Amino acid sequence: MLEDIGIIFIASALINNFVFSRYLGLCIFFGVTKRMETAIGMSITFTSVMVISAALSWLVYYIIMIPLNLGFLKIVIFIGIVSGFVQAADTIMKKVTPGLYYKLGIYLALIVTNCIILAVPLINASEKYNLLQSLTFGLGAGAGFSLALVIMASIRERLELADVPKSFEGLPISFVLTGLIALAFLGFSGMIPL
Amino acid sequence: METKAEKREKQLLVSIGPHIGSEESIPRIMWAVSISLLPAFIISVYYFGLRAIAVVGVSVLSCVIFETITQKMLKKKVTISDGSAFLTGLLLGLNLPSSIPLYQPVIGSLVGIVITKHLFGGLGYNIFNPALIGRTFMLITWPRPMTTWYKPVAGITTMDAITTATPLGILKEDGIGKLIETFGDKMNLYINLFLGNRAGSLGETSVIVLLIGAAFLFYRGYITWHIPFSFVGTVMALTWIFGGKGGLFAGDPILHLLSGGLILGAFFMATDYVTAPAIRKAQIVFGIGVGALTVLIRLKGGYPEGVMFGILLMNCFSPLLDRAFKAIPFGTIKRK
Repeated sequence: MLEDIGIIFIASALINNFVFSRYLGLCIFFGVTKRMETAIGMSITFTSVMVISAALSWLVYYIIMIPLNLGFLKIVIFIGIVSGFVQAADTIMKKVTPGLYYKLGIYLALIVTNCIILAVPLINASEKYNLLQSLTFGLGAGAGFSLALVIMASIRERLELADVPKSFEGLPISFVLTGLIALAFLGFSGMIPL
Repeated sequence: METKAEKREKQLLVSIGPHIGSEESIPRIMWAVSISLLPAFIISVYYFGLRAIAVVGVSVLSCVIFETITQKMLKKKVTISDGSAFLTGLLLGLNLPSSIPLYQPVIGSLVGIVITKHLFGGLGYNIFNPALIGRTFMLITWPRPMTTWYKPVAGITTMDAITTATPLGILKEDGIGKLIETFGDKMNLYINLFLGNRAGSLGETSVIVLLIGAAFLFYRGYITWHIPFSFVGTVMALTWIFGGKGGLFAGDPILHLLSGGLILGAFFMATDYVTAPAIRKAQIVFGIGVGALTVLIRLKGGYPEGVMFGILLMNCFSPLLDRAFKAIPFGTIKRK
């Protein structure tokens, strides 16, 4: 049981890292990694949203949807749950931590329709994880995404000083960089049969 | 002939720092590292025949050519004489199996030199080790040719070649018993691994000649103990603790030390100035990280060897490590 949880965490954080092996969440990944501060703020927000939405959607899925045989509606319903929750979080953050709110700006609104946030409940549902496993999966996915954001921000801050060819400055070189990091992350492949 | 330092003495320059002149320069270091790999190259020719010259030659030549073309296209000064492209090609070639089709190292060099190095701004700015990215790209693209190993046949011209698995491959597939059986007994296994009489990439097999090269680099002060020793130490400790089948502390650290690309990776590739952290404390963490990832992949991963991926993964963390261990100027008051 405990081993199972550990495997899910490692698998979702490293082996099937959402950015480097599933290629999800790239808009935010490139959007907030110009500065380390925003990357760290974003990773905290993201991880907490992921864990809570994993829990919420698990409850709705198993308490309401399965008994009513509404499994085929899961994409629509999960979008509804996630966006409702994120909108609430957005409003709360605006009141409680306005500083962070203005720094992250538009990306918070982007979370509402972000693919990673939707992917977590969908994968949880298709893998038939129980509540604890779902929470672990959300936490692992968040940790993996945070890791990706922090690595990327540190490298991009270093790249600011680099003599990158003009046509590759900014976003293009970041895509190349992501590809190379994904190449390195392939080392984890085959580690745990899933 | 006056040295640079003497010239500087006479000229009475007024300039900003650094003020201490040195004879060391990029070309000097790059060529010295290349020379330190020469014994490994010679022994690879001894074990794998003329094919070794062809593979390494193609890699070196294509790296140098790609460097020239890219720098011409980017209208930069062509710097092939500084030896960095030569060294990348040499390292790439020494990391390949002897049987590789010769067009493949050309593509590997293209990925290494153009994409990994020059797109990021050229020498000094690359995030990843160009030779290792080239090799990883080749391993993903052509998994079969990149993992077809030939038994070393001592002799310059060999016609008959027998394919076999690398010691780590045998260890992963069939376990330690089979590996010892293949080499006779345990002592024989260690001796053969130490001398390099085993299947593997061209330059990685012979531990003793690699150590001779590394000793030269230590003598010249081009590498310090921080990265290689923390790397090798971590690999030995972790394989000793977790490497065995029957419980903890039953592994064989010497076997893991002598096999795979550990020595080549630890002394010649993890120590790359550009892609490793520059701060000493960060270097130790870097070495431990590479070691831990190597062991993780060797023992649990899908690949038999983890040195290459371990170094690349920690390359991603180098800027972060340098940032984390940045020296705090004396007298700084921590702001809230």
